[in-house]
Amino acid sequence: MTSYTSATDADRREMLATIGVGSIEELFADIPAHLRLDRLPDVEGGLAEQEVYEELRALAARNVSTQDELSFLGAGMYDHYIPALIDSIIMRSEFLTPYTPYQPEISQGGLQAMFEYQTAISELTGLPISNASVYEGPSAVGAAGYVAKFANRRRNFVVSRGVHPHSRETLRTLAPGYGMEVVEVPLVDGVTELGDLDADVSAVVVQQPNFLGAVEDLESLASRARDVGALTICACDPLPLALLKAPGECGVDIAVGEGQTLGNRLDFGGPSFGFFATTEALMRRIPGRIAGETRDVDGKRGFVLTLQTREQHIRREKATSNICTSQALNALAGVIYLSWLGRRGIVELAELMLQRTAYARERMHAIEGVQALHERPVVREFALRLDAPVHRVLARCREQHVNPGYALGRDCPEYPDGLLVAITEQRTRADIDRLADVLAAAVAAERYAPNQVPA
Amino acid sequence: MIRAADDDLTIYERSKPGRRAFVAPELDVPERPLEELLPAELRRAQPPRLPEVAEPEIVRHYNRLSKRNFDLDTGFYPLGSCTMKHNPKLHERVAALPGHAKLHPLQDPRGAQGALELMWRLQGALGEIAGLPHVSLQPSAGSHGELAGVLLTRAYHEDRGERRTKVLTPETAHGTNPATVTMAGYEVVKVGTDAHGNVDLDDLRAKADDDVACLMLTNPSTLGLFESGIEEIERIVHGAGATLYYDGANLNAIMGICRPGDMGFDIVHFNLHKSFTQPHGGGGPGAGPIAVSQRIEPFLPRPQVVRRGQTDNGSEPFYDLDYDRPKSIGRLRGFQGNYGVFVRSYAYIRSLGAAGLREVSEVAVLNANYLLARLQREGVLEYLPAAHQRICMHEFVLSGAPMKRELKIKTLDLAKRLLDHGVHPPTVYFPLIVEEALLIEPTETETKETLDHFAEVLAEILREAREDPEIARNAPYTTPVRRLDEAGAARRLVLRQAM
Repeated sequence: MTSYTSATDADRREMLATIGVGSIEELFADIPAHLRLDRLPDVEGGLAEQEVYEELRALAARNVSTQDELSFLGAGMYDHYIPALIDSIIMRSEFLTPYTPYQPEISQGGLQAMFEYQTAISELTGLPISNASVYEGPSAVGAAGYVAKFANRRRNFVVSRGVHPHSRETLRTLAPGYGMEVVEVPLVDGVTELGDLDADVSAVVVQQPNFLGAVEDLESLASRARDVGALTICACDPLPLALLKAPGECGVDIAVGEGQTLGNRLDFGGPSFGFFATTEALMRRIPGRIAGETRDVDGKRGFVLTLQTREQHIRREKATSNICTSQALNALAGVIYLSWLGRRGIVELAELMLQRTAYARERMHAIEGVQALHERPVVREFALRLDAPVHRVLARCREQHVNPGYALGRDCPEYPDGLLVAITEQRTRADIDRLADVLAAAVAAERYAPNQVPA
Repeated sequence: MIRAADDDLTIYERSKPGRRAFVAPELDVPERPLEELLPAELRRAQPPRLPEVAEPEIVRHYNRLSKRNFDLDTGFYPLGSCTMKHNPKLHERVAALPGHAKLHPLQDPRGAQGALELMWRLQGALGEIAGLPHVSLQPSAGSHGELAGVLLTRAYHEDRGERRTKVLTPETAHGTNPATVTMAGYEVVKVGTDAHGNVDLDDLRAKADDDVACLMLTNPSTLGLFESGIEEIERIVHGAGATLYYDGANLNAIMGICRPGDMGFDIVHFNLHKSFTQPHGGGGPGAGPIAVSQRIEPFLPRPQVVRRGQTDNGSEPFYDLDYDRPKSIGRLRGFQGNYGVFVRSYAYIRSLGAAGLREVSEVAVLNANYLLARLQREGVLEYLPAAHQRICMHEFVLSGAPMKRELKIKTLDLAKRLLDHGVHPPTVYFPLIVEEALLIEPTETETKETLDHFAEVLAEILREAREDPEIARNAPYTTPVRRLDEAGAARRLVLRQAM
């Protein structure tokens, strides 16, 4: 018997007798005999709890976490502080172990939390309608594309190179299924240059702040899109939105984004959540679950999943998305985090990042062999060019237990010498000074000779 | 906005200007004017109207909310096709280890060897369970795995110079299947069900033509029945040059007993939040890895986790992310997938091993058949007959049609009355082909006593309905709120707090 099953030999005998068969084997009679495994699968295990713990601990010990080095890695996920109250709440069985709230009478906790979450996302994005979460950031961009396809039935997505490379690639993966094409437009001086748009453009896809950390002029981008009758989809980073003009105010039709920074762990990339907010005009095409307010037969306020006629379990092949299980627990962490920050706190946190990032930027620009990749306003992240092979510089820094950031070369071949540096509220002035020292030494040691060209 | 009692205010209704939980770290750099760093035209005029509450109120608010949820750690959850099995507590402990939880997804592979090795090992175990050697862990949930699978099918056919336009799905399929087919740019063609609950082979033969790209099949089906004609299905589908896709929602019935790969499936998705114990979290997170055959492998999403021979010192293998996959369909999401889910599922597999996994499926099937027999003995099946008179797998379907006719209560009423007995109702009104359907999946982690109790509760509700159907029709009575006006919610949409 495993630790997680309770059928004793006596139970089994009694249960088989009740069923009226002689053995468990007989219950599998519908499976053709030669398809049945005549051996156990080659999967090792059967360990005691403490042995499993030890193995998982040993694997964890072979990872270099943000606790083991001074990390300035960002590029889509960020090392923010997670307040203790989040774990204490989301680890409660009542939030951790229920299914999707299909029975609202016994799911009011989860449903009300979704409603509160939707309100917070609506406030951040400046758009009236938020769903209850999608998988994560880049797939949310893909989901937004599906909404645009049906909104105007046009052929192209015009996607800024300032959109996260994973989001761009995800949209490219999905586009053949949508029957659409992805056209990329470049960044000039760090921000999106849309070029000429035409009536084939279904949606313009941008990111705020963009992948290089630069704050885009969303208002003028959205207005360019609107001029040709296209939608604007903006992938946005929720914490900088405390300071930045809300996408809804700028004329954005769909604001999506990665929610990890709102109280969720890095977890080597997931699970986190994606958020999805839009206008009333597009409300009936939104993917995924939405909680709505209603009342019970006694007139008491309650919450239910609503607008379900969009969803796969009702609409099947005509559904607005195939999404089913999404990220309810991660979105719950998100709304708890936003409540913890509060109306003033979120601004204070964003301003602290803004100030420290400005300081860090100045320190890095002062290093011999390091230049700004762009001079645009930034909030938490900025891009540099190194006058040295980036991977060798990073390797040197790591020897000093400093991880200066993300090398842009693989995802953005246009910046082979690029480095993306993120400054969360967890990185102090002393940390930034140490980064400057370690990076300066590494660049000095690896710097190209005056006439040497980067490979 | 409806005025609420004090104990169920929203967090916004508890807000008061000036209260706070967050204290910012010290500003330790020279402060520069805001205008200089961020010009006014880019800034928002008003901060987002988030709640203003101190920590004690946040904790109390969400703790109170939690008490308005039913959960698996508290009671029986026989929700068909959802596999609500116990979520081992060890998994939360190991997933929270900083080496896992605080690992940045873009860490250099040299600094992520533990994570990549764990993923590589999980790929191996899942591939062996499926009988298909090549695994991508990337998809975020079952429906995401389905989308990956149909896009892989598209890439496979296009690579052979073929453009096919249709995908077959049985009428019993989960709604995610047809929704996925449309998203992947194909037309859905439904295949019928025969009198025994199997795929109608004649209908399949008639529809499996050169335009068909794929058949998506759940086996055991959502009727809880093993497709005994699976070999003929395989011959028909592959004979038409299409791929065979396995929806893994019901994998819990067959782990270590038989394998989709051996049945001829080309692509399988797993729901790690079903068979492999990731807690459902009230609607996620999950993970939907896929396993595929050799001919589909070149198209798998990138990056792939690989093990490279030896490192410089000649001893240890090196685990890496392989981006160099020219035929790949590309990414489906950011980074490497829901790693935190992988940690839990890997721990589960290591706890159970092959023999334990087989026992899981054996007991899941034993429990389902026992519960069905107990319901028979209680007389419940007189009003709620099984949709098919067969041995079931890990779940079974009852029809509430006679109950509706004779006792004047609907399946929905029965479900709502179950809430008063502290039991989560089964999946209701699915699969669509069974009138007034209840889809019941007890899972292997429930005791015989729990199943006995559930059978007695169902019998009791039917007895009660015979005397007075109004009781069930107006249920529930003991829940935090009573029956809610869902139609009204959709008519008068209130989707956020008014301010």
